[in-house]
Amino acid sequence: MSLMKKSLLYVLLVISALFMMFPIVYAVMISFMQGGEVLQGKLFPSSFSFENYQSAFQQVPLLHFLMNSLIVSVTVTAGQLIVSSLAAFAFVFIKFRGRNTLFFLFISTMMIPWEATMVPNYLIVQKLGWINQYSSLTIPFFALAFGTFLLRQQFKTIPYELFEASQVAGISRFRFFWKVVLPVSKTSMITLAIYSFLTTWNMYLWPLLVTNNEKVRTVQIGLKQMQSQEVSSEWGTVMAAAVIVVLPTLILLFAGQKHLQKGLTQGAIK
Amino acid sequence: MVKTGNGFSDLAAGLLYLLPSLLLFGVFLFYPMIRTIYLSFFYTDPQGNPIAFIGLENFTYLLQSEAFLNSAKATGLFVLYTVPAGILLSLFLALIANLKLKGIGIFRTLFSSTMGMSVAASSIIWMFMYNPSIGVFNKLLNLIGFEGHQWLLDPNTALLSVALSTIWMNTGFAFLILLGGLQNIDEQLYESARISGAGSFYQLRRITLPMLSPTLFFITTVSLINAFQTFGQIDILTKGGPVQSTNVIVYSIYQDAFVNYNAGSASAQAVLLFFCILAVTVLQFRLGEKKVHYQ
Repeated sequence: MSLMKKSLLYVLLVISALFMMFPIVYAVMISFMQGGEVLQGKLFPSSFSFENYQSAFQQVPLLHFLMNSLIVSVTVTAGQLIVSSLAAFAFVFIKFRGRNTLFFLFISTMMIPWEATMVPNYLIVQKLGWINQYSSLTIPFFALAFGTFLLRQQFKTIPYELFEASQVAGISRFRFFWKVVLPVSKTSMITLAIYSFLTTWNMYLWPLLVTNNEKVRTVQIGLKQMQSQEVSSEWGTVMAAAVIVVLPTLILLFAGQKHLQKGLTQGAIK
Repeated sequence: MVKTGNGFSDLAAGLLYLLPSLLLFGVFLFYPMIRTIYLSFFYTDPQGNPIAFIGLENFTYLLQSEAFLNSAKATGLFVLYTVPAGILLSLFLALIANLKLKGIGIFRTLFSSTMGMSVAASSIIWMFMYNPSIGVFNKLLNLIGFEGHQWLLDPNTALLSVALSTIWMNTGFAFLILLGGLQNIDEQLYESARISGAGSFYQLRRITLPMLSPTLFFITTVSLINAFQTFGQIDILTKGGPVQSTNVIVYSIYQDAFVNYNAGSASAQAVLLFFCILAVTVLQFRLGEKKVHYQ
């Protein structure tokens, strides 16, 4: 590649990066500004003050919301890993009648938009007494067709002969699943874990429906609550809260980007 | 041939491993779906219990109601605004991030970053950018001598503004998928093209796009489905307004069910949403399969 072409490409990359990153950088800048500077519509703070971050933690129970989100996200991630890997194992290593039909049933779940079921789902959760409980925020999401597919794809790369040999050696199915299948699929499991955590942390509509007090309310709903209360006057504080909310997922995304890309592509194409 | 247990115990074991998934899908997906269809034929009380069977009346009422037609139109426009532009932007970013240049990893990370941004946080940031007096858009307009605009309060620009922020929010995910697709293309194809003297544009048209078509096909379907399911940015940025111009279907379902306590009408809309998404998926597969080039 010629130097000319190379530098042109770098210019293109940098412009695109500026364009994509602008809202994020802008939010970070505002989170460090003092009230007056925000109202003047400045782009850069004259000095970096952490006041907004302090007041974000003081004005709403942000730490409590962060804890709630962490509990919910970790629980859903663990639940999805367990439930999906068990299902994927059955689809790869256990041959039984009706397996293909069940697999088709799993595929069909991807066609149902979650929003189309939210009214009865809300009523079910209400009947179970799960409103304002962690259970309503976690258990309905444990089964994941996408996760099952992703892991099934991975489990298929394990030779079936290995499974047969282990059966001859008298090793139980579950032991084979636990001691062989899961360890060699670590990468796919991590990919799925990152994906699960990201999507759960960022969930919005369902937590909005099933929480109406601060007990188990997640940080996304806390953010909305804060924004609708504060608006005009304290944008700096709201932005500081927004930055705090996206920090965990951004870090996770940056750390696991390669995994995630590989996993998502696998799940999407094959 | 090794015998791995008899048919019955295999069936029992298979079902045992699938039990958690089947149970959860049953309770939180299949039953609610059936219940939604059931409720859509009923007049319901404020608690969401069916009171009287009214057949298709919920549907006929919706199809004649101006509010619903408006919401269908808003959804359609929203899809039209976000899907093609979003895919083109992500494709462009994926193409330039797929080059073998020093430090390209940094750009890949930056381009994918919106995938880590929640809808709530993103919407709040964009809300500030659209702020008529202190937001960056109006500051820019003022700078080049134009008057500021009430982006989210003007019915003519509200939906477009929400769409723009949505394109940004969705780019990270689409970018990652498309980049993955690009990286799966066999390098030898390009080498032989270069040897035979083909230019970059020819390579893009004759190698990259055909080989990427399964990925493009997938991301188009996912983007369409996502666009139909938009909620968070509407709730934070516009609440369906001004004058219902951003009242997309999921927001309308939410309002009917949880603000107006009309579960019957909400269910009927949910059924329509379901069939819309089903139709898009089926259509995509029908049309897509003919044009898609699988390796």
